[in-house]
Parts: sequence; structure tokens; C-alpha cells
Amino acid sequence: MSSSEAPLKTTPLTETHRAMGARMVPFAGYDMPVQFKDGVLTEHKWTRAHAGVFDVSHMGPSFIRLAAFSGDPDADHKAIAAAIEPIISGDIAGLKPGQIRYTILLNEQGGMLDDLMVGRFPEPDLAGGLYIVVNGATKDDDFALIEKTVLPEAGFLRVDDRALIAVQGPEAVDVVSAIFPGAEDMSFMTLRRFQDGEFPALVGRSGYTGEDGYEILIAADHAVAFYERLLADERARPIGLGARDSLRLEAGLPLYGHDADPSVSPIEAGLKFAVPKVRRERGDLRGQDRLVAEFGGALSRVRVGLKVLEGAPAREGAEIADGAGKPIGVVTSGGFSPSLGQAIAMGFVPPECAAIGTRLNVIVRGKAQAAEVVAMPFVPHRYVRKP
Amino acid sequence: MRFTKDHEWIELDGDMATVGITAYAAEQLGDVVFVELPSVGKTLKTGDGMAVVESVKAASDVYAPIDGEVTAVNDALSTNPETVNGSPEGDGWFAKVKVADTAAIEALMDRDAYEAFLQTL
Repeated sequence: MSSSEAPLKTTPLTETHRAMGARMVPFAGYDMPVQFKDGVLTEHKWTRAHAGVFDVSHMGPSFIRLAAFSGDPDADHKAIAAAIEPIISGDIAGLKPGQIRYTILLNEQGGMLDDLMVGRFPEPDLAGGLYIVVNGATKDDDFALIEKTVLPEAGFLRVDDRALIAVQGPEAVDVVSAIFPGAEDMSFMTLRRFQDGEFPALVGRSGYTGEDGYEILIAADHAVAFYERLLADERARPIGLGARDSLRLEAGLPLYGHDADPSVSPIEAGLKFAVPKVRRERGDLRGQDRLVAEFGGALSRVRVGLKVLEGAPAREGAEIADGAGKPIGVVTSGGFSPSLGQAIAMGFVPPECAAIGTRLNVIVRGKAQAAEVVAMPFVPHRYVRKP
Repeated sequence: MRFTKDHEWIELDGDMATVGITAYAAEQLGDVVFVELPSVGKTLKTGDGMAVVESVKAASDVYAPIDGEVTAVNDALSTNPETVNGSPEGDGWFAKVKVADTAAIEALMDRDAYEAFLQTL
């Protein structure tokens, strides 16, 4: 899809990262900071203790909006939900104003084309629109499929020329509500528009680190000033993609393209909650028969968390073997957990090997190392939910 | 001390050499969290992988800068891998090697040549 010769795309913050001395790498076709001067370990721990600021502008924010509004918010929301639900697994009709849901873009076989966030516009009287954020590496294909699916009932607008900035960690609420007063009252997985201040923005209380935090969509020409304002707060530091990966790994969150791909169903990936009863019973899911059968337990593999009890970190591609040495699966992401001080991994194994406490082996450079199936998340989530 | 283009250093004392990775390599790798060392007695061929050093993000090979036989390894790195970052060209050494041909070491870069090489990267 992306050729190595193609020039890397930039975000509104690329030059700022370079000027700060970030180490830059190609990621999802963009020139992105993998770490800043503190390094991955320090950045990871800073985010868990304070507030980390991440440029995630390589991702794919977009909007869909009904072509014609009825004026009845409930009817309009039902109509926009009906436009997108044929290709995703989630219950979008059930979203309240301002609610965000994690869901799955499915192929005809019930496999995962991507995972994504879908939010209902926050204004109760502005129903008929959805905010959709997909992954960077898959966004062109995702956008094409979404646009084709919702036309002509709805229009599609990609807004990935804007900046998307995540602020994550226990002090993110203080950093963000200093700029957006009232953001502290938001519940996790909700969306609010801040239109009147210095930085008009669409703010979600959401993220992918396991911490409380926010993801802020802001116009490109405000991005640098906003980023610098965030970083002027001594509780906030810039964090690169290296720590973003180790944080989401500890949080047990799958990374599309690694822990999920078009062959993997959301049930296999341990994302049952993303295929809700109302959708299974309605019977119109892509891959309906497979997903329902797997939901009932007819599975050949499932995603598990592993603690590596000895030796080197087991990384993506490492084989997983049972106690007798028989190959049973493969590690899909893995590395060193800075919070736990030991190696952790995710991978796929048959269900009979997936029980918590099962002793397995991971094969690293030809050596079998003991590993144990453990519950995920590896590090507890600390999302802030309001009544 | 002599240096390779793969950022290993080697210091000769008689026919015994100490081998590690350079400060530049340690800085590039970032926080080291695990080091896999060769077994004592292993025969090394120049350019072969002799160790693996892992940061949070990735695993990187360390190549033998010289032919020889491993006579000792720095076991302290198994409990304190961060020593590679703190003292890459001192306490963070990887292995001691009995060198077959000491003259081959002279052919490697000295510090000035290595520093000049780093400027080209």
C-alpha cells in the first residue's frame, strides 16, 4: 500500500518535533517522533504518573453527516446510525449525544479491517452526524469503504489535515481543563465541542494508554500554539510512539496490523464487547454466522496476555509452544513492560491453552522460555467515568 | 581501544580482549532492558552475532569484532542491563575474548577514526 520510496507525510507538528530534538521514524507513511530526549522508559513512566502529550495526527479523523435532516434529533441519529452500521460491529443507534464507542470495521467474513472510535455529535439538536477516527496505516482504505457505504444518505468528510493530539495520564485532566474549562466534568468515552475559547476544538475524553486522558482535534493552523501551550504546563511532557506502544501493550489493547488483521475476528481478538447483543440478534452483521458461532464458543484461537517469566522479551513473530514443546501459536506484540519491570506479550493460542495460569513457552532466538497466560490488562485501566 | 562500523569496541591486553558496545550505540538503542550474552567457550568469527541487546522498543545484534574464544561474560548485565547505558565503555562490557590474531585488531578504527566515522552518519 505505502511504498518505501514515497515521500513521508508530515503532521502540523512535525517541524516542532524536529526542533525539540525528537528521534523521527517513518510510521503509517508519516514522519513521526518515536521518542523525545527523555527516552522511551522515562516517557512511559512520566505518562503513568503525570501527563504525556502525543501527536497522533497520522490517524484518520473524519465526519459523516446526513444529506438531508428531518429536524427530529432521534430520527436523524437513527438514520446516520443505519448508514454506517452495515460495515461495523457496534450499536451506533444506541449512542447518546456526545457518547463515543470503540467498534470494529468488518469484512464480509467477519474479519477485522480496522478498529475505530465512533462518536455521536455532542449537541443534542445537532443529530445526524458522527465523528469517526480510524487508524493511520489503514485510513485510505477505511475512508473509501465508509464513504461508499454511507452515500447517498450521508456525506463523508476526512479531516486528517487537522492535528489530533492526545493528552494521557492521571494529570491530563488538570492540563486539559486549564485550557478547556469544563473538560474535567466529562466522562470517559464522551465528546464535547469547545468553540468559544482561544483554541476551538473537538475534545474526546478517550485514549489508548489505559490512563484517563483526552484526544483533541484542532485546526492545523492552531496546532503548534496549542501544543506549546500544553507543554508549557510542567505536568506535561512530549511522548513518542515508542512509549505509546509500550503503554497500550501494558493496557492490553490490541494494535491493528499486529494483534488484529483481516483474518482475525473481533471474538478471536478478545473484543466480544464490541459485538453487542443487539447487533448479534438483529442478524445483519458482516460475517454474521461466523461471529455468532464464535461467540458461542466455536473458536480455534484467541488472543491472550502472556508474562514472560525468564529470558529475553518475546516480540512480534516469536512462536508460542505448549509445555510439551508443540507449536500452538505466535506472539503478535510483545516487549518490556516499564511499569512491571518484566517482559509481557500478546499472542494467539487455541482456547484450550488460554486459561489464566496456563504455563506455555515462548521461543526467542531458538530458546524456549517459560511464560504464563495472565489476565489483561497487564496494568489496570484508570479511566474516569462520571455518573 | 578500537572500534567497528557496527559500533562495537574492543580493548586488547596481551592476547585477551574486552568487547562491548560504544557510547554512541548505547545512546541510539535507548534504555537497555535485557542483554543476551554468548556462552563461555563459544568460538567467535568476525562479523557473527555474538550477543543481543534489547531496548524497550527493539532487539539489536552485537557482532563479534574479531575471531577468538569467549573466556568470560559480564554476568552483572543480566540483573543490571541498564549498566550498558550508564557505562557502555566501562562496567557495561559484554565479553572477554582470547584473540587468535591480535594484529587484526590494529586494522580496526582508533578513536579519532571512529569519531570521524560517526560524523558521516
